[in-house]
Amino acid sequence: MSDVLFVAEHRRGDLRDVSYEGITAGRELADALGGDLHVAVISGSVEAFAESLNTPAVDAIHTVEAGEEFDHDTYAAATEALHAELDPAALLLPNSVNGLDYAPAVADSLGLPYASDAVDVAYDDGLTVTREMYGSKVETTVDVAGDQFVVSIRSGEWPAASGAGEASLEAFEFDADSVDDGARVQGYEEVGSGDVDISEADFLVSIGRGIEEEENLDLIRDLCDATGATLSSSRPIVDNGWLPKNRQVGQSGKQVTPDVYLAIGISGAVQHVAGMKGAETIIAINTDPNAPIFDIADYGIVGDLFDVVPALIEEFE
Amino acid sequence: MKVLVTVKEVAAVEDDFEIDGLSIDDRYLEYDLNEWDDYAVEAAVQIAEAADEDVEVVAATIGPERSEETIRMALAKGADRAVRVWDDAIADQTLLDVNAKASVFEQVVAEEEPDLVLTGVQAADDALGATGVALANRVGYQWAAVVNDLDYAAGDDVATVRRELEGGVEEITEVDLPAVLSIQTGINEPRYASLRGIRQAQQKEIAPHDLSDLGLDAETVDGALELTDMYEPESESDATIFEGGAEETATELANVLRDKGVVGE
Ligand SMILES: Cc1cc2nc3c(=O)[nH]c(=O)nc-3n(C[C@H](O)[C@H](O)[C@H](O)COP(=O)(O)OP(=O)(O)OC[C@H]3O[C@@H](n4cnc5c(N)ncnc54)[C@H](O)[C@@H]3O)c2cc1C
Repeated sequence: MSDVLFVAEHRRGDLRDVSYEGITAGRELADALGGDLHVAVISGSVEAFAESLNTPAVDAIHTVEAGEEFDHDTYAAATEALHAELDPAALLLPNSVNGLDYAPAVADSLGLPYASDAVDVAYDDGLTVTREMYGSKVETTVDVAGDQFVVSIRSGEWPAASGAGEASLEAFEFDADSVDDGARVQGYEEVGSGDVDISEADFLVSIGRGIEEEENLDLIRDLCDATGATLSSSRPIVDNGWLPKNRQVGQSGKQVTPDVYLAIGISGAVQHVAGMKGAETIIAINTDPNAPIFDIADYGIVGDLFDVVPALIEEFE
Repeated sequence: MKVLVTVKEVAAVEDDFEIDGLSIDDRYLEYDLNEWDDYAVEAAVQIAEAADEDVEVVAATIGPERSEETIRMALAKGADRAVRVWDDAIADQTLLDVNAKASVFEQVVAEEEPDLVLTGVQAADDALGATGVALANRVGYQWAAVVNDLDYAAGDDVATVRRELEGGVEEITEVDLPAVLSIQTGINEPRYASLRGIRQAQQKEIAPHDLSDLGLDAETVDGALELTDMYEPESESDATIFEGGAEETATELANVLRDKGVVGE
């Protein structure tokens, strides 16, 4: 009982990045535990997926044929069956939206401790997980008791595994038809298209909750007019209905890679950063010197946007 | 029918704060209803308001006496009554783990027998993001996590939800009731409590329970997770921070923008 089992994630025919990152995390943990890294891939074109996942870090890949796409009952049941067969010390799952939809159920069914959204894991006679709290304001370490546990990992925290490996490939016998069908996926829809495509812009001025009131958005629009920038935002602005969904940057919005991303009144929550960390130059204006956005910024102003933005507009008028 | 909404009082941290052992010094914390739960309460109240039949909305929380003030906000917005669970054994935990929360709410569900349970996707403080789905599994309900659209009328056996996946893709799913749905921000427009609502909330019941009231013992909440350290993350920032007043810093910033060639002159 020193192995690690990691379950990969895919959607509509493509493996998601976290699948390769989880291999790196899983390898590190397996080495610390002195065991093997097993990777499972459930549903879809499992053989093609297995080929892609077959990187040097992996010891064994288990393919589970079961429908095309994620559904939580199938994933939970298949993962639990694999767990029973392999009896790993650590079960590693992605802390993705689909991870949120089955990892807690798996941990609960297995009766194992569950540590979610890990940004680091270490094993030395016991598992220690590093995770954030209070919107990334603090980091914590958490000791997990016991010799078996479930951990979900945050995406983007481990480098992606690559290269061709020599893992053993095994088809795992699983009766997908016996699974509960009380939740039935009907389809998918792409949302957030519209008049502008913010992912095409060279210069984005992005506004967050620091703007406080819908009326104040005019100030930011003026800045966009003066500079020729395209307006985007963090999630709360869209949740409030102040801007349409196609302006939202982040995990559940758009991924953008402009030359310059100017974040105004945005704290830099992980789900926001997921959408803009690829920008060439990141600039932040924020009253809070400890705001996480400054960790990834190239330039910053610690100051009140209601003072700085008018002065900035003046520069270009 | 009955809708149970799990709610949590969470603290937001001021810009400057100090850590005192394994928690943030209380002086720098401002307590409020968890953002995600605000949307869950609204979703529940909307179901009740649109219904022909009688729909009872019950808020359930794990929280100390202090949290009653916050829980009353959920009552002011239209929940009918609340259940508050607290115990010295809960207060003793450095981090109440998912298993402990699911065990507590399992008993609340056994007592209340709701048809639908709404939770927030996560709590803004510990960000475990797991209570709803763990609870569903525990009590044998169906579930859906990260729901940003809910099509459900009181009395229906099936809810049609949209789950907000990454990258602007939504999954459309039918979920059989009874079910637990974890609600994402933006699903609706949470109302402000009216003065009348606030007045009425004073009369509504917040029933306190300790673990023994629920037939549980201290061991149930003594989880496998233990917080061992809390610290401010090492800043990885190598940002150039412009110092000075608004005009000076704006000038420097304007120069950067011109340098990068994104604004013409
Ligand atoms: C499943 C899931 C998916 C998510 N997807 C996304 C997503 O796609 N995109 C996204 O953005 N978020 C997403 N979120 C939400 C995310 O966790 C944060 O809640 C959100 O990004 C916070 O937005 P914000 O930075 O604008 O607000 P806050 O975190 O409230 O930050 C506001 C900032 O403004 C600063 N400020 C206040 N007043 C001023 C002033 N006068 N001048 C200058 N600065 C000021 C404050 O110091 C603070 O740093 C998601 C969350 C979940 C759980």
